[in-house]
Amino acid sequence: MKYEVVIGLEVHAQLKTQSKIFCSCSTEFGKPANENTCPVCLGMPGVLPVLNKTALQLAMQACLATHCSIAPMNRFDRKNYFYPDLPKGYQVSQFALPLGLNGYINIQMNGTRKKIGLTRIHMEEDAGKLIHGENLGSPGKSYVDFNRTGIPLVEIVSEPDLRSAEEAREYLTQLKAILDYAEVSDCNMEEGSLRCDANVSLRPVGQEEFGTRTEIKNLNSFRFVQKAIEYEVERQTQVLEQGDAVVQETRLYDSNKGVTFTMRSKEEAHDYRYFPEPDLVPVVIGDEWIQETQDKLPELPEQKRERFTQDYEIPEYDAGVLTTSRAMADYYEKSVSLYPKPKIVSNWIMGELLKELKNDEREIGECSVKPEDLTDLLKLIDEGTINAKMAKTVFEDMYHSGKPARDIVKEKGLTQITDSSAIESMVDQILQINADQVEQYKNGKEKVFGFLVGQIMKESKGQANPALVNKLLKERIG
Amino acid sequence: MSGKIDIDKIAQLARLKLTDAESDRLGGHLEQIIDYIDQLNQLDTSSVEPTSHVLPIHNVFREDKAVKFADDDVDYLAGSPANNQGHYEVPKII
Repeated sequence: MKYEVVIGLEVHAQLKTQSKIFCSCSTEFGKPANENTCPVCLGMPGVLPVLNKTALQLAMQACLATHCSIAPMNRFDRKNYFYPDLPKGYQVSQFALPLGLNGYINIQMNGTRKKIGLTRIHMEEDAGKLIHGENLGSPGKSYVDFNRTGIPLVEIVSEPDLRSAEEAREYLTQLKAILDYAEVSDCNMEEGSLRCDANVSLRPVGQEEFGTRTEIKNLNSFRFVQKAIEYEVERQTQVLEQGDAVVQETRLYDSNKGVTFTMRSKEEAHDYRYFPEPDLVPVVIGDEWIQETQDKLPELPEQKRERFTQDYEIPEYDAGVLTTSRAMADYYEKSVSLYPKPKIVSNWIMGELLKELKNDEREIGECSVKPEDLTDLLKLIDEGTINAKMAKTVFEDMYHSGKPARDIVKEKGLTQITDSSAIESMVDQILQINADQVEQYKNGKEKVFGFLVGQIMKESKGQANPALVNKLLKERIG
Repeated sequence: MSGKIDIDKIAQLARLKLTDAESDRLGGHLEQIIDYIDQLNQLDTSSVEPTSHVLPIHNVFREDKAVKFADDDVDYLAGSPANNQGHYEVPKII
């Protein structure tokens, strides 16, 4: 039987604040264990949490950037369960009356736009970090660091609108870009500021009703989300084809083995007994505040993508890649302002620059080649000092050494050969060595021309001006 | 037990170990509370806005400023049953 894959994602994003959601402890990452804690986030009796206004403001930005409507009245509830990473015995979260409702984001799949609905966006506090005993102290114990406890999060819940692991990944890429542009979160996955749970089910193609779903928890990279879903789809397909039923359960992904496994089944699932948090008062948001926030939102990825294709006349694909982060889009625009050939700039960023960054797993903000350095290099090509092929080598050098293009060209004596007589003698030499090929060319085998150009370029160590080589060769044998 | 309340489940969720006598007594109390709620439920409240908080206030915020908790010579870890290298020690979690 053919099955349709149905996926919904729950994304937790850390709000970019200085202090925690209900107390003044710092949110700084990497501090010694339990340094960023106080009686409020440790859940001591008698303390009074107070909502961080910036956290609320950023959560509103997340809602408006994803077309959610903001509830005029929202409030916090207690989600009760016992787990050692939760000192109070409950998590403060918005359950009954969340901040944002009914939004959407657009994703691009193979050139087609698809709208993915958002059910809700709510605020909540993060839990602490558990460390296995093997890694600290005694193997028979676990250890808790409460520095993360009380870090402000938004949980963004999608509708079950995603139909493949690739769509899920694309959705995450877009969502991350939006949160980055709207300055809601720094979306640093290594530091855990963006995490994802995936709900996955299958149903026979054509069936309206959803199949039984499993939830894969705590996926902390886009690649793992995609891999885990792919595995889960495969597993559920096998279960169904054997005539068995999928069990509703929570699963975890083992990234080393590339498999998902049961964490807990629905029978053991928690009964959270939500009730309104009496220590926090409701939040009332007027139209004026919403409008003010809306007006302050910067240009978002989708708008920027459209503007790039119109203003710079670059392909939609290029615009998509160049707008995946605000830093990259800014880098591109700065470069184009210095060197107004948008498509050439785009090719260099998407080609050479992203290749190097990807190898190093670095972000564009950490790149030593700044827009003015890149455009200086491109100007050297236009001036005829170096050719495009040499420029690629120079770029690699710039990226690793941080030196300006002109210095590298000078140091390495990489000037392009534009002296006709020098090239002519190379042409002669190659024609002599390759007399057979010249004969073939004269008999109509035109492809040989390219081969000969290649040989001449090689002879010049890549430094000959390719246009001149073509011209002179044509004169000789054309 | 009248069936409205599963006292064993509630005790388990609350991590409480109750004796039979306590289960009977507390179960009875909870039943009475539920009965009272049922009584209130008979009222027509369709025109009344649900109460989210007992105090008539809203929008109490703090500014986003990181401040170390005052007079911080309290060693919270010292109050824990067990700790190790700055961490709270707890039973093994899978």
